Amino acid sequence: MTVEVYKFTCIICPLSCDIEVEVENGEIKEIKGYTCPRGKEWAIEEITNPKRVVMSVIKVKNGNMPTVSVKTTKPIPKTKIPELMKLLAEIEVEAPIKVGQIILENPLGLDTKIVATREVEKV
Amino acid sequence: MNSTILQYDVVVIGGGPAGLAAAVKAKEYGLNVLLLDENDYLGGILPQCIHPGFGIHYFREELTGPEFSHRFMQRVKDLKIDYFVKARVLEIKNYSDLEKIVVFTSPEGAFEVWTKAIIYATGARERHAFEIGIVGDRVAGIYTAGEAQTLMDIYGVMPGKEVVIVGSGDVGLIMARRFALEGAKVKAVIELMPYPGGLARNVMILRDFSIPLYLSHKVVEVRGKKRVEKVKVMKVDENLREIPGTEFWIKCDTMIISAGLIPQVKLLTGIGVEIDPATGGPVVNDLLETTVPGIFVAGNSLLINDLVDYVAEQGELAAYGAKLFIENGGIPAEKWIKLEKGNNIRLAVPHYLSGKRDVYIYARVKKPMENVVLNFPEIDKKIRLPVVRPAEMLRIRLRKEEIAKAKDKITMEVIQQ
Repeated sequence: MTVEVYKFTCIICPLSCDIEVEVENGEIKEIKGYTCPRGKEWAIEEITNPKRVVMSVIKVKNGNMPTVSVKTTKPIPKTKIPELMKLLAEIEVEAPIKVGQIILENPLGLDTKIVATREVEKV
Repeated sequence: MNSTILQYDVVVIGGGPAGLAAAVKAKEYGLNVLLLDENDYLGGILPQCIHPGFGIHYFREELTGPEFSHRFMQRVKDLKIDYFVKARVLEIKNYSDLEKIVVFTSPEGAFEVWTKAIIYATGARERHAFEIGIVGDRVAGIYTAGEAQTLMDIYGVMPGKEVVIVGSGDVGLIMARRFALEGAKVKAVIELMPYPGGLARNVMILRDFSIPLYLSHKVVEVRGKKRVEKVKVMKVDENLREIPGTEFWIKCDTMIISAGLIPQVKLLTGIGVEIDPATGGPVVNDLLETTVPGIFVAGNSLLINDLVDYVAEQGELAAYGAKLFIENGGIPAEKWIKLEKGNNIRLAVPHYLSGKRDVYIYARVKKPMENVVLNFPEIDKKIRLPVVRPAEMLRIRLRKEEIAKAKDKITMEVIQQ
């Protein structure tokens, strides 16, 4: 029988609760330190399938800025991040670009969108 | 040189989040506003802060930096606020209380603006390698965190492959993640203090990417021929003195300095604005007016904030101050109540309270403490807090009725429960 205790800081909101999760034989036994249900849910996911929102920049042609900043609309599994970053490094988009504009739909079959977070005007 | 004369009610200097919020609010109050920024685009540093975490308080949703600034820039456009980018303010003159002059140049020419009030929102500058005692070769590959961020997130240029980050504040940690995400090897984050400098949620980045954090360590030397090749790290004792014999070298091609920010107040000191040595920013009253009447200050040029939401809040308060100042020909207060720093309070802003309005106190502690009471003895106010940390700014609301109970001062102190 193996008992492992994972300690981490919740990143759901700036309250930054210190959460402790006790895992016994791969099963979650106890969760301590959270102050809201979102925190508890996040702690469970952090053990079973950690996810992150990913942000980067993409090259832009004919824009007033050489890049546009982008983000995933939903957190994606941590293990998929390097692959997604490679994909984002390869693509180039054409100005003008609006905030919220979809750059990629379901990249790598992940259930998320890549959207622009900066406005780039055409020059 | 012939300069064009302009006339406004308020000139806002700085187009970052504090200046944008101030300009928008002032315009909504019906004031005639001019916004000036020296960069090529509005938004300050926000367009390059591509990570999420902005606007949780202000917009009640989590935005990235570019998205946060975009919302304000949309308001600037909708309200048809006059602005100049690439505008360099050379001088501020305090001709009289209601007659101030802002001298600036831009690609459009030289200008002299006559204004009743000024909102100063120029942000902060980063401390550089020479300020934190790093000696050695002057080689390529040394950047401040903000410079590296501009290169990567505005220009799409990778500054290096093997990186050592000096300082574990939020900016340093966020850049550690950015480098790691882009495929660079972040070899270490070096922190002088015995605890991490950033918000707890950003410290988690280190775990995400298995980046070693050296607490109570400092980089003392950098070596290389044309580019950085290695940096020398030493352990420090509790008085932050280097411990001989603890030195080791880390091989890297890039050193990122993230060693704190300093409010930009250069133009203000020239006209006699009093500076608080604890914040590095001006001494202000509860409308964020400096010791020169009619000059207001907000954002990181007031004090270094950790949330942009508070920066925008300060911008709006400064705009309200400017409105009251213009309406009344000055800020009336029969007496000012001084906010004094007590036990474990490193800084507290604003410095003077009128008791005529509610006020948010922004403060930082000197050292971390658990199970504490934030105590205001003169007005009988106590706030229990589970923990206080230097990295997390305290924002405490005092009601006007509470403030009015004090005679001439209110002390703010942290005491053990």
